[in-house]
Amino acid sequence: MTEMTYREALKQGLREEMQRDERVFILGEDVGKNWGGAFKVTKGLAEEFGDERVRDTPISENTIVGAAVGAAITGLRPVAEIMFGDLITLAMDQVCNQAAKMRYMFGGQTSVPLVVRTVFGGGKNIASHHSQSLEAWFMHTPGLKIALPAFASDVKGLIKTAIRDPNPVMFFEHKLVYDKKEEVPDEEYTIPFGEAKIRREGADVTVWGTMFMLHKALEVADELAKEGISVEVIDPRTLVPLDKKTLLDSVKKTGRLVLVTEETKTGATTAEIAAMVQEEAFDWLDAPIVRVNAPDTPVPFSPPLEKFFIPDHKRIADAIRSAL
Amino acid sequence: MVDKKKLVDLYTRTLKVRLFESKVWDIFGQNLIPGTLHLYLGQEAVAAGVTAALEKTDWIQSTHRGHGHVVAKGADMKHAFAELLGKATGSCKGKGGSMHITQFDAGVLGATGVVASGLPIAVGAALSCKMRGTKDVVACFFGDGASNNGTFGESLNMSAIWNLPVIWVVENNFYAMGTPIKWTCPSQSIAQRAEGYCIPNKVVNGNNTLEVYEAVVEAVERARAGEGPTLIECQTYRMKGHSRFDPAKYRPKEEAEFWLSQDPVEIIRKIAIEQGALTEKEADKIKKKLEKEVNAAAEFAIKSDYPKPEEALEDVFAEEVA
Ligand SMILES: Cc1ncc(C[n+]2csc(CCOP(=O)(O)OP(=O)(O)O)c2C)c(N)n1
Repeated sequence: MTEMTYREALKQGLREEMQRDERVFILGEDVGKNWGGAFKVTKGLAEEFGDERVRDTPISENTIVGAAVGAAITGLRPVAEIMFGDLITLAMDQVCNQAAKMRYMFGGQTSVPLVVRTVFGGGKNIASHHSQSLEAWFMHTPGLKIALPAFASDVKGLIKTAIRDPNPVMFFEHKLVYDKKEEVPDEEYTIPFGEAKIRREGADVTVWGTMFMLHKALEVADELAKEGISVEVIDPRTLVPLDKKTLLDSVKKTGRLVLVTEETKTGATTAEIAAMVQEEAFDWLDAPIVRVNAPDTPVPFSPPLEKFFIPDHKRIADAIRSAL
Repeated sequence: MVDKKKLVDLYTRTLKVRLFESKVWDIFGQNLIPGTLHLYLGQEAVAAGVTAALEKTDWIQSTHRGHGHVVAKGADMKHAFAELLGKATGSCKGKGGSMHITQFDAGVLGATGVVASGLPIAVGAALSCKMRGTKDVVACFFGDGASNNGTFGESLNMSAIWNLPVIWVVENNFYAMGTPIKWTCPSQSIAQRAEGYCIPNKVVNGNNTLEVYEAVVEAVERARAGEGPTLIECQTYRMKGHSRFDPAKYRPKEEAEFWLSQDPVEIIRKIAIEQGALTEKEADKIKKKLEKEVNAAAEFAIKSDYPKPEEALEDVFAEEVA
């Protein structure tokens, strides 16, 4: 085991897959040697694998993803990077109409083994075009798998699984987790999709959260433990496929559920999860499900405004208390 | 010079697409085809000329007006027909229909219902041919209307900077639905637009299979030699309207009369006969044989079963993990 940042673990996963399989290549804006990715995730890879396999592209989001689709269906394993998650709006056709549907509408004649990596979330005061969390859009599109690792040890195993998966995988990172450190196994390993991880065991209430909010939820759980409140925290790790069982078992144990994400509330993934739990575990619930999300506004710029927008420790703690 | 065997091939391909599409029109009239339909009638010379210049292992990327491309590339007509009818024996098991008619093992990467969405995919396929070290090329079909979409610029640019083996084939039939290209494109030709991307380009008579073929042969040679993309604008005309209920009344009478007199099948038949590749009799014999094949394909499709409703749940994800 070596302690390393999320960024380093992710790069290690990418590097190992590029070494293992020569079909794997990276493309995106500024991923190559002059910059190494806007968040430096691919820094050094172009030097190691050459600029054919770590390929800088023009600023052409729709064609970056489309080219990845074309490469994927003809025998390569592309990993496309979209510099900021908000900009995936420009590639929605290739993600949602092409990559997601191709296997289906061609009756299984092809599969589309590609990974689209991008970064979500606020906290850096970069306003409405560089801060959103859009995972629900993709969860709503049949044919896409979605991974959203929040921890260094997960990101390495999940990127490797994503690259080996024969389907299009949306791989969502968060700006504020790149520098978070954790012990990461040195050896090669993959993490199967659809297996949630119980990050903290507890008896009184279940908290399900993703990305940076998961880190906040864990900190809140530590604080509440001092008050004698025992919180179980679940990290889904992938939204599609979704590990329903781990969540439902936890809800059946605690009887209470709080959902926390950084998305704006209406139509968020938390709405889907809440509905699913009502359908499948209503009889076990002792209190209404509580959702903690951002308000339904674009992400604001000014520090006090953004701070208000993103769910903080207090809101998460209040939500947990209100469920008890 | 084109040899006699190739001339026979050009005639046969053009005619095959014509007969296939005529049969589709016929069956469509009997209300056997669900949904809408974008017929390829009138544009046969483009698909035939382009695909005749390709090998089986080369790829094509198709459009919403795709039957002609797919049949010309060598897709099985039985499964193509069955797909149009939504039958389980269709090449896409009835999940795609007219706008997504595709046969991978015939070298068709896909037909798409989103105008201009095939161009980025062709970039990636061509990049893949290059990175895998094959000599394969990708021919990407799209309409004049598609050349107004952003992916046109993005994809031409990427293909040029990376020197990719793509042949951009614009089928300029002068209309995007009812909108004439002269309302939406400021330049004289669409080919001109390629110049900003430093892509060699050419305008050809898209109703003349031989002319299309010769231009594409040159482009394929360049692509295989690692010299990058070419754009070929094929000027052509559709015999029918855009889709299901369009009588194409917006087209000026004189313009329509001129173009409809330029029948691609007649043109290539005349050339093949004049150049001594075929006699009238041999040409008729090929026609009879193809008619039989097309009729058998249609019959196969009509007799085929519909998929079972639950099959709607299959093929969302691929299972095996490498
Ligand atoms: C992106 C997009 N916009 C609009 C449509 C609706 N539509 C279908 S075909 C078509 C016209 C396409 O014209 P062109 O590219 O010239 O091809 P043609 O139909 O002439 O073969 C339109 C507007 C669509 N399918 N996709």
